Amino acid sequence: MSIDWIISIVTDNWEMFLRGAWMTLLVAIVGTIFGALIGLLIGVINTIPKPDRGIKRFFLKFINAILAIYVEFFRGTPMIVQAMVIYYGSAQAFDLDLNRTFAAILVVSINTGAYMTEIVRGGIVSVEKGQFEAAQAIGMNHWKTMIHVVLPQVARNILPATGNQFVMNIKDSSVLNVISVTELYFQTKSIAGNNFRYFESFFVACVLYLIMTITISRILRYFEKRLDGPQNYQMMDDLTQIEGKKS
Amino acid sequence: MIASKGDKLMKKVIEIQHLSKSFGTHEVLKDIDFSVNKGEVVCVIGSSGSGKSTLLRCINLLETPSGGQIIYQGENILDNKHNINSYRTKLGMVFQSFNLFNNFDVLTNCLVGQTKVLKRSKGEAEKVAMKYLKVVGMDRYVNAKPRQLSGGQKQRVAIARALSMEPDVMLFDEPTSALDPEMVGEVLKVMKELAETGLTMLIVTHEMEFAREVSDRVVFMDKGVIVEEGSPEQIFNNPQNERTKAFLKRTLK
Repeated sequence: MSIDWIISIVTDNWEMFLRGAWMTLLVAIVGTIFGALIGLLIGVINTIPKPDRGIKRFFLKFINAILAIYVEFFRGTPMIVQAMVIYYGSAQAFDLDLNRTFAAILVVSINTGAYMTEIVRGGIVSVEKGQFEAAQAIGMNHWKTMIHVVLPQVARNILPATGNQFVMNIKDSSVLNVISVTELYFQTKSIAGNNFRYFESFFVACVLYLIMTITISRILRYFEKRLDGPQNYQMMDDLTQIEGKKS
Repeated sequence: MIASKGDKLMKKVIEIQHLSKSFGTHEVLKDIDFSVNKGEVVCVIGSSGSGKSTLLRCINLLETPSGGQIIYQGENILDNKHNINSYRTKLGMVFQSFNLFNNFDVLTNCLVGQTKVLKRSKGEAEKVAMKYLKVVGMDRYVNAKPRQLSGGQKQRVAIARALSMEPDVMLFDEPTSALDPEMVGEVLKVMKELAETGLTMLIVTHEMEFAREVSDRVVFMDKGVIVEEGSPEQIFNNPQNERTKAFLKRTLK
């Protein structure tokens, strides 16, 4: 009976499953965080105002062109192929022996970065023009405007899309089994290879993936609420309260 | 406290010479000569599309002028080498659409420019911010986020934010045009009080009664040029130019 098999597979292999799930989470978390940082950085660079002429303009255009190629390349090729190229390619071409986990995180990061660049661009576009103008009007330069005023609003705007990306990374990191990263899919494949119970083994993997993705979605939803702050505000009835807050 | 209109020092805070601005082939400002004196309240009136908002936005370089000079403290701001950001801290800007920073509460809106741009200490900045929030009557709302405020309240906070930078001149770009009629009054009242303190103010407005009451000088613009300027009595009671007469007839009724 299947149920019995599932129970016995779990009791025999729970350590391997958990290690696999942990590796999947690690790759997805670190990859999403670095990817988001890459996206934010490129988003800021893309919006640096270009002077009408001069070296600075040429330089900025050059950088933007390179960044555009990066985005197109990594959005336009499958992650499974990128993993092969980066891991085996770097070994063959440069004699580099990358740590598999490192390679996995690298692939997920730059892949996510390419998607996040577009998400961040959308997030910046959706911040009202008046916010930029108000920041400029009190004397902020581009970086200050971005860091203090625009990016905090962008972060809130892109949080749902970033969460989506995170969930996708949890699932899509399974393709990294091609470079033998011991994530959940790879581990399950090994387990099933030993007991020949493919349905039951992968059913357990399914449940583990679901637990991870649903938990992550809930946590992110909670963060969104936190970022929005309380719905109400407190009136300051006399100035002593703010004086008190200061000290 | 109120300086009588005669004995104001005629020291120019900002002087504009031959300023022009085109959007593509459309010339919005044509060869504008104009200046604001210290302690003076100047209202710019004119129909929509006359270039008055563009003039104001050119002064703090939110629009880049196509030609001419803006002279502040003896220097042409449009020189390439000039530091635009430090010049902008000397001009307080109040927008038609408030533009409070959505990610900050009321107090932080008034702090961020002081601490991040002027490098004031947090304690000092808070003192200054509270002083001006009190002036506009919003000191009880320090914890509120912009989205929790009414339009009039937002605009008063925006005024406090600009004042907190302690600028040499305040620029108001149609500050009441986006407000419900019942909220216009509270903002104009604050501005009237500010005008009486001797603050230098340049106001683009459609509120004719207000302009007549508070300004030392009224400037009438039409089709990108300054058609006529003078004291409020002169402009409103005895306009010389035909275009001014026609405009006032349409708006004053």
